[in-house]
Amino acid sequence: MRALTTSVLVLLAALLAGGPVAARPQHDTAADIDDGGRVFRDTCANCHGPDGDEVAGIDLGRGVFRRAKTDQDLVQIIREGIPGTAMPASNFAAAQAEQIVAYLRSVAAGKRSASGLGVIDRGRAVFDGKGACATCHRVNASGARLGPDLSNIGQLRRAVELETSIVNPSAEVLATNRTYRVISKDGTTTTGRLLNLDSFTVQMLDSKEQLRSFEKSTLRSYGFVDQSPMPSYKDKLNAQELADVVSYLVSLKGRVTP
Amino acid sequence: MIRRAMLALLCLVPAAALVRAQQVSFDRLLHPEKEPQNWTSYSGSLFNQRFSPLTQITTANVKNLDLQWVWQSKSLEKFEATALVVDGVLYTLQGPPVQGVYEVVALDAVTGRPFWTLEYKPQLAARTCCGRVSRGLAILGDTLYMGTIDAHLVAIDAKTGKIVWDVAAAKLGEKVTEKYAITHAPVVVKDKIIVGMAGGDLGVRAYISAFDSKDGRELWRFYTIPGKGEPGNETWSGNSWETGGAGVWNSGAYDAETNLVYFGTGNPAPDWDGRERLGDNLYSDSVVALDADTGKLRWHYQFTPHDEVDYDSTQVPVLADIPWQGKLRKVMLWANRNGLAYVIDRTSGEFLLGKPYVKVNWMDGFDPKGRPIRIPGQIPTPQGTLIMPTVLGATNWAPPSYSPRTGLFYVSLWENTGTVAVEGGRPRAAGIPNGTPMGQATLTPNFKKEEEGYGAIRALDPKTLDKKWEFKMNDITWGGVLTTASDVLFSGGKEGYFFALDARSGDLLWKVPLGGQVNSGPMTYSVNGKQYVTVAAGSSLFAFALRP
Repeated sequence: MRALTTSVLVLLAALLAGGPVAARPQHDTAADIDDGGRVFRDTCANCHGPDGDEVAGIDLGRGVFRRAKTDQDLVQIIREGIPGTAMPASNFAAAQAEQIVAYLRSVAAGKRSASGLGVIDRGRAVFDGKGACATCHRVNASGARLGPDLSNIGQLRRAVELETSIVNPSAEVLATNRTYRVISKDGTTTTGRLLNLDSFTVQMLDSKEQLRSFEKSTLRSYGFVDQSPMPSYKDKLNAQELADVVSYLVSLKGRVTP
Repeated sequence: MIRRAMLALLCLVPAAALVRAQQVSFDRLLHPEKEPQNWTSYSGSLFNQRFSPLTQITTANVKNLDLQWVWQSKSLEKFEATALVVDGVLYTLQGPPVQGVYEVVALDAVTGRPFWTLEYKPQLAARTCCGRVSRGLAILGDTLYMGTIDAHLVAIDAKTGKIVWDVAAAKLGEKVTEKYAITHAPVVVKDKIIVGMAGGDLGVRAYISAFDSKDGRELWRFYTIPGKGEPGNETWSGNSWETGGAGVWNSGAYDAETNLVYFGTGNPAPDWDGRERLGDNLYSDSVVALDADTGKLRWHYQFTPHDEVDYDSTQVPVLADIPWQGKLRKVMLWANRNGLAYVIDRTSGEFLLGKPYVKVNWMDGFDPKGRPIRIPGQIPTPQGTLIMPTVLGATNWAPPSYSPRTGLFYVSLWENTGTVAVEGGRPRAAGIPNGTPMGQATLTPNFKKEEEGYGAIRALDPKTLDKKWEFKMNDITWGGVLTTASDVLFSGGKEGYFFALDARSGDLLWKVPLGGQVNSGPMTYSVNGKQYVTVAAGSSLFAFALRP
């Protein structure tokens, strides 16, 4: 049973990881949770706030509800609203409502953004200036590709998660943003963002923004890099700058088509 | 002139041989070892060993396999079918897209050119929980048999592709008729076509039925959930038995000596919330042994009593005669979705051996009768409980293989997977951070670490159920397994490779990337002395043979 403990912890950690959107299967998947989170941030967060705690007496991210007791109750409320209150009915299919519930249930309870309210424009200035974030990140086709594209990060991640990523980048890395390192038989080391991994090959975007593919049989060694390549900004930004950057990132909802 | 005519005639001979009458008697189905060039049932024999006596492709020359032909389906559904080959003609089918049609085809097994194509449109109301798939056809005489997602059983003329008869296997008037589906290859026993009804996740009361091969008349029906007053009904609280699921969605096996047909049954419904269906919920998650003539239950063994984690036991039963404590014993080998492998006496249902073959944390040991002993607390809870393996299973529907030469049982499986089971709610994903857990036709990227779940082919020794070797894949697999008498093992996976292993060591011998997920079981056949091996990947069927 002891051997299970490590796996259990890793699997629980994997709950928080995300991935590409897939056809909806019969069970909640990480993709379901991602989809639910996206819908939540697009729709529900307008009234409930990005952390789900801006309506009195309700804290969606901590499982504090006024009426709902079960997942089915939540699905019903999301779809049918609550007559006589500000909670409107929606056009969500049951499956979509279930994804929202899956997201809410997956949100780590008790974790809240500590940085308070920031100013988007000031955050953009820190992002482009002092933070030099565009050295690695891209927003609306501007900046580097080494780190995750942040053009719609406000749809994908909550403020608390963004804050954590800035001050402690290795605390949680989405599966899609993992770093991989290969060492060829002649000793050449290549590190980059993992794009795909199978039993025989590895595809990555290397540190020079080149798409690279390797056959494992030609490598001396290969494996994940557990530490994020992103530096911590814990001591580089003050509390207000941190709050401003977080606010800016939360505002990024994808390119607006003219 | 005469010489030219003779030459022309000679040229015609192979073609004529290809289209000679495909009369497949039941005796031929019972003895596929007499015609190793053919593949006459879903898993190659009614014992489901998925073992071929063919030996042209060997561990030494398998690296010389070359693509011979590809058949691309219109449908972009997962291609889960295993083809049949009878005397040079290959029959297969592909499931329908939404509002689309099944494609049933007869191909020249040498060139892949079609003799005929049948398009069959199921009713729009047809519903399946997990894909509009079909896993294969059956053949008897010169008739093919197809089950459909709207629960029709269809007989097709193997020479013309015309429908001979078409019956609603879930008859009108049945409760929740539209929720029934047939997704597996029918099983032929004597003059009967036997199919099971899927729909367990949709709350049906499932059953297995035998139909007359000549006219589609239903001859017997066995409900996988006993009715009021029948033994076993007391294992369901209240009226939960009426909608208790126990769907059947994979092929069964048949043993002529016992005249028993064996099927695995699916999860009880609702899948993840057992509070409304207290009790063991017989015969969900079980293997049932039915008299093939009458459909009467002879014995059953329940793998997962009162399942709340969706551990369907719809794996393909594999029958084998193996040395057991100094004697030859007629057994059934079963690697179950619940993470446990079993050896069961197939004549009596006696539990002989059970053992985890992946990481399992919901049970620890068996009682003397073979009932798993649950670990207290490893059930769905309000806060969520991590249960291993995942609800999608240590293995699922992908057909395994048993080689009488190596004496090993080969299983495609998932390791290090789990699900967070929530009382009254849907289970949460764990261990598959970027999966397409139900399988897809197309490739999807993989970022998983080994501790978050991986796929493998494992060889188990049936005498101990211990692992003899393992071939690891980075990603999970829905690919079935084929072994041959030259000790070559074929399989594939979600990564889209089709590969060959040494069945004795697990060493990789050959691989080819096919550009789509392998969601099917490979099979092999030969025509005019040339051995072929096929596998479906993505939404296409690929055939390989040795280059000259």
